[in-house]
Amino acid sequence: MNHLLAARSQMAMSLGFHIIFAAVGIALPLLMVISEGLWLYKKDVLYRELAQRWSQGAGIFFAVGAVSGTALSFELGLLWPRFMAYAGPIIGMPFSLEGFAFFLEAIFLGIYLYGWGKVSPWVHWMSGVMVLASGTASGIFVVAANAWMNSPAGFDIVNGVPVHIRPFAAMFNPAFLGQSLHMIIAAFEAVGFAAASLHAYSLLKNRRAFFHQRALVIALSVAACGAFLEPLNGDFLARFVAQNQPVKLAAMEGQWETERGAPLRIGGWPDAKIEKTLWAIKIPKALSLLAYDNPNALVLGLKAFPSQDRPPVLPVHIAFQVMVACGSFLAGVALLGIVWTLRIGRLPLKKWFLVLLIACGPLGFICIETGWIVTEVGRQPWIIYHVMRTADAVTPMPGLTESFSVFTLIYLFLAVVVILLLRKEVIGEDGSEPLKAAGGRP
Amino acid sequence: MNYPEVAIAAVILFSLIIYALSGGADFGGGVLDLMAFGPRAREQRRAIAEAIGPIWEANHIWMILIVVLLFSAFPAAFSAISIALVVPLNVMLIGIILRGSAFIFRGHSSHYGGKGVAWGDVFAASSVVTPIALGVIVGSLASGGVQEMSSGVLRLNLWDAWLFPFPLAIGFFTVVLFTFLAAVYLTVEVQEAELKEDFRSRALVSGAMTGLLAWICYFLAGREAPLIRLGLEKSSWSILFQVVTAMVASSALWALWARCFRLARMLAVIETVCVILGWGLSQYPYVLPPVVTFQEAAAPASVLRPLLGALLVGVVILIPSFAFLFRIFKGHRSPI
Repeated sequence: MNHLLAARSQMAMSLGFHIIFAAVGIALPLLMVISEGLWLYKKDVLYRELAQRWSQGAGIFFAVGAVSGTALSFELGLLWPRFMAYAGPIIGMPFSLEGFAFFLEAIFLGIYLYGWGKVSPWVHWMSGVMVLASGTASGIFVVAANAWMNSPAGFDIVNGVPVHIRPFAAMFNPAFLGQSLHMIIAAFEAVGFAAASLHAYSLLKNRRAFFHQRALVIALSVAACGAFLEPLNGDFLARFVAQNQPVKLAAMEGQWETERGAPLRIGGWPDAKIEKTLWAIKIPKALSLLAYDNPNALVLGLKAFPSQDRPPVLPVHIAFQVMVACGSFLAGVALLGIVWTLRIGRLPLKKWFLVLLIACGPLGFICIETGWIVTEVGRQPWIIYHVMRTADAVTPMPGLTESFSVFTLIYLFLAVVVILLLRKEVIGEDGSEPLKAAGGRP
Repeated sequence: MNYPEVAIAAVILFSLIIYALSGGADFGGGVLDLMAFGPRAREQRRAIAEAIGPIWEANHIWMILIVVLLFSAFPAAFSAISIALVVPLNVMLIGIILRGSAFIFRGHSSHYGGKGVAWGDVFAASSVVTPIALGVIVGSLASGGVQEMSSGVLRLNLWDAWLFPFPLAIGFFTVVLFTFLAAVYLTVEVQEAELKEDFRSRALVSGAMTGLLAWICYFLAGREAPLIRLGLEKSSWSILFQVVTAMVASSALWALWARCFRLARMLAVIETVCVILGWGLSQYPYVLPPVVTFQEAAAPASVLRPLLGALLVGVVILIPSFAFLFRIFKGHRSPI
């Protein structure tokens, strides 16, 4: 395997793995805090049981997320030492703040997981709120560092060296707000749908399992909020990309020609050899309208950029199409669920609807992964946009193919184990309802 | 503050000390898990798991803070270390990943029996490997293993920077020291008299080995880490410092022998602080001895000052939170 490709593959694989665990570590606490809050408010013991089950899941995901996140902080140096020598001081601020947020998350998760009965219920619930707040903050800080790679700010370059570093200007770079929100909302949406999927599966076996009904209501509410906010925020972000990284937008849309009134392509297969996007459904002038609010606005195509400055178009375009398709589908399901619930006054438990929810389980995570591919592969060949090329950042040390292989095997293995554990901890081995004797009303 | 880089370096050293005392002892717990034998092996394992369960993740984050501060404040040094010490860094990473995952998996799969045993083995084995790799990294730094990187000559070799006796000796010293810390803590934390005795004997053995390895490291330093050796002998106070360290270490062993467990714990903590502080002070002012100083490797002051500010705010939030955590889970015993 080529040296640079091995480094990029290891980074992609590590981030692709970590992003799932980080997202669950951020969003699952919201579900457990809502559930425990309902327990405190309504004194319905099923809610406490639910919070405990979810917190078991959060514990597993947080631990694996913490160690895979540690791995990433080292891998930044092991794979990209020249990038870190250049960018370390500039983006050190969000990473340091993330460190403290992470500290708080670990401390209060320790109290939450091991403190049932050791602290008062309100203190326990507040610990959950702290986990949620610090987890969300750490996600925002980390994405701030990534946003800086897309829109570097807060420094000047003199003779190829970064000077006049302004850490806060770097942290609050132009891409910061849009990208952070997009990631955080995606985490809540994905985890909401995944949890809904697991509980829908249990309900399919036993429609009268009150425990899983309550779980489904909470999970779907969170998922639906995310599903409606995410497209609005995504639109904002796409406009930003159009202004800031036009070549990335062109790759996302498979737009080769520079033209006025550019069409929006749905699907299609970009062919880099003939520099055309084949078999796409085109909506005339829609891309110009969406990106610039003007149906006749000029959209720069890939051909406007020298080929060594273009990202790989095929993966970016396909990933973007998959993300938008899955996101739209989830928004549709959320809308259906809400309208139906409002009409019949309770959660719809028709078999086909539950099956639909089960099918939605992985879609949010597919959105996260494909969205990540769009932002990372779409930035190539730059590691810092228009400042440093990825090829110039890679370590000179040999042995990257070996380390990529070892880390891939470890992460694959961990993924399998986590899935097996989750089956047991969250949905229960037989999918049955816990606390049957505890009763409770639907 | 005229020398913000020195202040940040002090924070890094402080974090390393806290990491050794807390996270290091969690790794030491894993080593003790591996060495659990006799009629109470199960009880020993359970005591270890209960001691580290609620706190190991928070303790572990000191390591992340160290990495982040290193690349924010001393980017050139971080870059050089990342290149020269690829192998021990990767070993440590894999150890960190497997230790944490295996610990949590064991807790969830079954309690110290059945399938849990396999995870216990992974947890214990990675608890041994990780501190060794950490010690090798520190030993290589101290003996100038990363030096040629800094002069701009890239030594593209996976092994030369660390594969010689001094770093390896520091690696073994580290794992034994962490084991000693864990065993001493457990003598205080467990309630049953028999378990106290089990951990006492382990603390005595590992404590004696710590002393032996410290001497081996000291003699090897004469040949392979002259700067450290020189630093340790450069003035009357540094010699005094060593004498104090040695006295504290022997007193800790004596206190264990006399079953004054709380005193032993306090002395073990002081011993660890002395060892790391001694290394840090003897290496000053070099971040990559014997060439690159803190001043040379530091990021500009416009980065360091806000970073110090952020650290200050972070500490103000962090200290009460940590105090709360330890009060809940170590509350009926006095905190370390």
